[in-house]
Amino acid sequence: MPTRSDVERVLLPVGTAALAVLVWALAVRFSHTNVFPSPLRVLLGLKELLGKGVLGHYVGDSLRRVATGYFLALVIGIPAGLALGWHPALASAFNPVIQMARPISPLAWMPLAILWFGVSEAAPGFLIFLGAFFPIVVSAMNGVKSVPAMYLQAGRNFGLSTPRLLARVVFPAALPQILVGLRIALGIAWIVVVAAEMIAVDSGLGYLIIDSRNAGKRYDLVVAGMLLIGVIGLALDMVARRFEKLRTVRWGFQGESA
Amino acid sequence: MTAPAPSKVSVQGVSMRFQTDGSPIEVLTSIDLDVADGEFVCILGPSGCGKSTLLNILGGFLKATSGQVLIDGQPVTGPDPRRIFVFQERGVFPWLTVEGNVAFGLFRLRPTEKAERIAHYVKLVGLSGFENAYPQELSGGMKQRLEVARALAVNPDVLFLDEPFGALDSITRLVMRSELLRIRRAEKKTILFVTHDIDESVQLADRVVVMSTRPATIRRIVDIDMTHPRDLSAPRYNELRDLLLGEIGLAHKI
Amino acid sequence: MKRLLPFSAIAALVAVWFWAAHHQTSGLFPDPLQVLLGLVELLRRGLLLKYVVASLFRVSWGYLLAVVTAIPIGLLLGWYRRGEQALNPLLQLLRPISPLAWIPISILWFGVGDVAAIFLIFLASFLPLAVASMNAVRNVPPNLLRAGRNFGLSNRRILTGVILPASLPQLIVALRISLGVAWLVVVAAEMIAVNSGLGFLIVDARNAGNRYDLVVAGMVMIGLIGLVLDVSIRQLEKMKALKWGYGS
Repeated sequence: MPTRSDVERVLLPVGTAALAVLVWALAVRFSHTNVFPSPLRVLLGLKELLGKGVLGHYVGDSLRRVATGYFLALVIGIPAGLALGWHPALASAFNPVIQMARPISPLAWMPLAILWFGVSEAAPGFLIFLGAFFPIVVSAMNGVKSVPAMYLQAGRNFGLSTPRLLARVVFPAALPQILVGLRIALGIAWIVVVAAEMIAVDSGLGYLIIDSRNAGKRYDLVVAGMLLIGVIGLALDMVARRFEKLRTVRWGFQGESA
Repeated sequence: MTAPAPSKVSVQGVSMRFQTDGSPIEVLTSIDLDVADGEFVCILGPSGCGKSTLLNILGGFLKATSGQVLIDGQPVTGPDPRRIFVFQERGVFPWLTVEGNVAFGLFRLRPTEKAERIAHYVKLVGLSGFENAYPQELSGGMKQRLEVARALAVNPDVLFLDEPFGALDSITRLVMRSELLRIRRAEKKTILFVTHDIDESVQLADRVVVMSTRPATIRRIVDIDMTHPRDLSAPRYNELRDLLLGEIGLAHKI
Repeated sequence: MKRLLPFSAIAALVAVWFWAAHHQTSGLFPDPLQVLLGLVELLRRGLLLKYVVASLFRVSWGYLLAVVTAIPIGLLLGWYRRGEQALNPLLQLLRPISPLAWIPISILWFGVGDVAAIFLIFLASFLPLAVASMNAVRNVPPNLLRAGRNFGLSNRRILTGVILPASLPQLIVALRISLGVAWLVVVAAEMIAVNSGLGFLIVDARNAGNRYDLVVAGMVMIGLIGLVLDVSIRQLEKMKALKWGYGS
């Protein structure tokens, strides 16, 4: 028997979304714009893209680029972060470099990326790697630093050598924070790939948006692309959050909301 | 009644000084103590007097500024699985199940032996049925049981307990004390138990070591000459309690 | 000895940079000295100041607009559960859309220029701030709210006298993170949509003559200013009156 709040929980967002779409449709109708698309036109645009077989292609390309850059960032970033967290000397040495490089938008590396990798798939991949790398390293580092001394003491008490200690105590204890960093990095990777595709390549959702506008002011396709980006990005985030619910790490998320 | 020689744990002239930003703080001064094999010794004193520091030194987590600690005639130089430390709270690993925690120190055993040990100790501490539960699903008392099981599973010679029941409510504390004594009847170990609770020390210990305030020395060692189970309304119990109250310097009326 | 560590790491990196620049195949990648000279050149031509000011101008407007709208809205949404339930999914849907994906729409609405860029920065900062404010309200310990009611405070008083101070530490962290995001977005937006600013400098220096020394000089400036912004906001976090929000 669904309770009142259950009904509300579904009805309210759906209702608000419907309302938003209605306001959108009315705004387009009453402003007599010929360029900005109505919700219906966006839907038709999506159908058109599907029909042309282009949609799956573009989505696949964007996801593929994210996958390569992100995976590299994960494989290099986690060990790097663990090392920085475990050896305070390393952290003091490299922290300033990290803090200086972090505020530089990955996109700003584009000219250098093209110089080093040419106009190829490697250039946006490099940007995605950069974008995902820093949150992963920082969260791994902080995760290690915040392992309670008690756990390390207990580990040593049971006779664990340092490599064993790192694998069986430090890493599991730092895992919740690492997972948060991985989720944030995934979100950033998705944002960067779209931006990179607007500049440097000729496929993918970012390219779709820029091209639809340039090649004929197809704003219906622009908005369709934007909605897709939002939906896929949200899906990626939700997948990442699932990992945070595993019982092996759920203890690290007591009292968190969104 | 003196402890029979040779002692299991021998503390000889241990002093501890901490360097702070200002002047050095002397926390422990010339502690001498001998604990016999299988003895249950309580270290009693108010909070902050240095008893946890002493326990950490005995466990090998801190190095004394002077003096030495011998266990089985060997000097203590660092932590060792033969003497396991049980903490006050949050000592169990939250990412492992009950089974996982108990198995933690058993990585050198063969799978069958490991499984036997785990089953035995889970049952001993009264956590049967909870093998696959995670610590966050357990109550405070159950978490402490788990920590004791984890400690016992590696078959240590000595157990150090640092106010293990301090974070529990008073009813659970009483239950846990009986449980600890029950477990001890099953597997006798040398136990050093730090507490600030006078009743707890009289209920559990063979001998109570009363510590002074900082810089801490041993004020007195009191033999608890009651057999188990100890009657909490017996006159001897109250005599010993009053004795200890007096040693600590507390009034008898509130 | 410990203080030397960061400098030695930086020195090592600069050394590697020098080596890499002198062993490259394309001859275009600048070495640190060329970058320094590039910075000096930009300074002399008056471009450096002009572009830095342009970027900062856009960031300030977009960011401040976001702050004054997102925080009240977020606080209100956090307070009225119904409001949050209604709008949260929508916000979550908008969040993953790169601000840059809004470029065509923003150019459509605002034309090519500062306003479009400011709109993008506003968008980028608004969502994280709103979400963080919502969460900050939800995380206020219920006991504090009960105490407020117990002393007979009205809803408005509870909002200003209990919820706002209690959420302040988390809000300040969100402010810092959003400022970082805003700085990233302004650079990216300038690479695509306008004709001045540090982002534009990077793209223009390359397109108008492969001046990679100026490209890297621009990147260094971006990093420096971003760092300064971050450090300045961290000072806010250090204010004693707010220290209670950071544990210990």
